[in-house]
Parts: sequence; C-alpha cells; structure tokens
Amino acid sequence: MYQFNFRPVFDNMDMLLQGAWLTVQLSLTAMVLGLIVSIVGAVAKTSRFVPLRWIVDVYVEVIRNTPFLIQIFFIFFGLPAIGFSMSPNTAALVALVINVGAYGTEIIRAGIESVPRGQIEAGRALALNPLQILRYVILKPALRNIYPSLTSQFIYLMLTSSVVSVISATDLAAAGADLSATTFASFEVYLVLTIMYFLLALAFSGLFGALRRVFFHYPASR
Amino acid sequence: MIREFSSSDVLFIVGAIRWTLILSAIAFVGGAIGGMLIALARTAQNTLLQRVAQAFIAVFQGTPLLMQLFLVYFGLTVAGLPIDPLMAAAVALTLHASAYLGEIWRGAIQSVPTGQSEAASALSLSYTHRMRYVVLPQALRVATAPTVGFLVQLIKGTSLASIIGFTELTRAGQIVNNATFQPFLVFGTVAALYFVLCWPLSLIARHMESRMRRAITR
Repeated sequence: MYQFNFRPVFDNMDMLLQGAWLTVQLSLTAMVLGLIVSIVGAVAKTSRFVPLRWIVDVYVEVIRNTPFLIQIFFIFFGLPAIGFSMSPNTAALVALVINVGAYGTEIIRAGIESVPRGQIEAGRALALNPLQILRYVILKPALRNIYPSLTSQFIYLMLTSSVVSVISATDLAAAGADLSATTFASFEVYLVLTIMYFLLALAFSGLFGALRRVFFHYPASR
Repeated sequence: MIREFSSSDVLFIVGAIRWTLILSAIAFVGGAIGGMLIALARTAQNTLLQRVAQAFIAVFQGTPLLMQLFLVYFGLTVAGLPIDPLMAAAVALTLHASAYLGEIWRGAIQSVPTGQSEAASALSLSYTHRMRYVVLPQALRVATAPTVGFLVQLIKGTSLASIIGFTELTRAGQIVNNATFQPFLVFGTVAALYFVLCWPLSLIARHMESRMRRAITR
C-alpha cells in the first residue's frame, strides 16, 4: 500500500510559493508583450502591402501548428547555434510572447472585423470625428467582442508556461521538479502543484471578470 | 562522440512520427468516448450529473496538461501499477481530450433549438431516441469543425509525453540533438514535421467553419 507523504511538500511551501510568484510575473509580462505583438500583427494583416500580410500569415500558421515545447527548444537550443544566446528565463519569455502573439493576432483581427461597416457609417452620419469613431464605435465594441477569447487565451498561456521548466527557467513547475527530485514525493508534489495552478487560473479568471465589469459595463445591453 | 546530422537521423525522427500518431489516435478515440459522456452529463436533467461533469471540465481546463501528465505518471505508483510512459501519456491525454471535447460537444448539443427536443418529446420519443435521431445528428454538424480544430491541439499536446520519457517525435528530436549537437537543424526538422501533420487539419477545420457560417447566414 502506498504511503502518502505530504510533509516535504509543506516544509518547502515557501519554495513553491516563490515559484508561483515567478509564474505570475512571467505570465503577466508575456501577456502585455504578447498583446503588443498581437496588435502589430493584426494591423499588419490589414496592410495593403501584400508581402507584409504573408509574413504575418506564415508567423501565425507556423506557431499555431507546432507544439510550444518545440518552439521553446528551438529558441533556447537552436538560436544560440546561429548566434543568439539567452538565459533560460529570457528564452521562456520570448517563447511565450511569440506563442501568444500568434493566437492574439487572429483574435484581434477577428475583433476588428466584427464591427459592422454600417456602425462606422452611422458614426460618421452623427458627425463624430475619426478619433471618436475609433474610440467609441470601433475599439470599445471590438474589445468587448474579443475580451472573452483574449482572456481565456491568457489563462491558457499561464498554464502553458509550466512547460518552460524543461529548459530550467525558474517557474512554479521548475520549483516542483526540484522538490520532486530531492524528496522523491513526486505524486504529492505534483498534486499540490496542480492545485496551485488551478488556484492561479481561478484568480486570473476572477481578475479578468472584475475588469470586464469595470470596463465593459453597458447598462443598456445587459 | 559528436557525429554529423545524417540521413539516418532524419529517418529516425520521421519514424518516430508513428508514435505521435498512435498516441494522438488513442487519446482521440478515448477522448471521444469520454467527451460524449461528459457532454451528455452536462446537458442532462439531473443536476448532480451536471455538476460532476462541470467540475471535471473545470479541473482539466484549469490545470496545465504537463501537470496532468506528471500526476498520472506518478499516480501509477500510488495505484500500485508499474510506471509506464506510454500508458501514463495515453491516460492523461484521454482525460484531457474528454474535458475539451465534452465542452465542445456540450456547446453543439445546446445549439440545437430546444423546440426540436420538445417536439421529439411530444412525439413520445425516449431520451435515447431523442438524442440519437433528433439532437445529436444536428449537433454533429456544428461540432465537426471545432473537433477537427481540437485534434491539432491534441497532436501538439502529445509532444509533452517526451518529458515523461516516451519516445515520440519530440523525444526522438532530443535524442538526435544530444548526439549531433545540431539543435537548429534538428528542432527545425521536428517543427516542420509537426507542421506537416497539423496544418492540413487546421485548413480543413477553417474550411468547414466558413462553409458552416455560409450555410447558417443563407
């Protein structure tokens, strides 16, 4: 009969909490930078310059059709071979930004396309200036349309970030791997780790829900 | 000894695709069975069944696939079974796929207008007949495109099995890289192979989706 032993896990809780904090930092940074990449990508896709659109298409398709694990191996092990070395944590961040940027590009492009042309024409008919049209007629409804898919993509990013532990970036999963290797209480360690990731995902979705209520609160459309 | 990245290495990597495909197939078939049960439980009248299915989905969509793999892998010891990477990967990916497919198919089942189900009840069809002849055939049309889309995610997910030591495409790449130290070439090749597997599926999914949208707006 297997004897559960949670002692080493709780004795080293500070180590896991520190790892969790690094996961939060890594995810938030990757989210912000990934959002910038996504906006640039989505705007580039509407460009009249065709080669630019092709470049973005290739980027999006390649990233979305290859595993994140291979992307991170390529960036951490492959790029140094042609002269771009980086620390594990930097490589982890770069890989996450490139990954979420590809998914975000598609989401934001869909958001821009989701605003009907008639709305823009109506805004013009009401004598709104272009800046007002962009802000009230295009951006706000577009953002509200894509907010759910964007935020679930970000939570997915946080969960995916556990994979960066394979290149010894110092996140929650890496802290768990260390603890598992030194204490041999592998099942217990990963059980606690899984619960911690679950709580992080809950916290993120709570935060995003609160932000949604603050920014997209339209009394008329509820 | 470091050796050249030769054609035999390429063959070794390409050969490992079959394990990626086998693992994907096991997870997809298992996930289809599990996902169907989850979707039916989620849309059932019984609130307890609904809750259980909801919790299952929340847990598997709210935790990293990597942790699910580790838990099953080390959980085999707890269950008194010998640790086996293929078995652990197959079980973890099946559970993972069940949650995602369950959620996709729940959406598809709920997209069938309730009037259809009510009409079937009025014709005194049993639950099984109502589902089998009225609801599920219509849900199937809605579900196909996102199901194919999920298949891409599942194939990519099998790469994580390499971390628990199962020799599929990614692990084969690592093995060759350790011997040749040509990471740029090796991982580039592996990425290209995944792309060749996944891209056609993505295109099919997108094509079906746009055809569906046209059929609905017509």
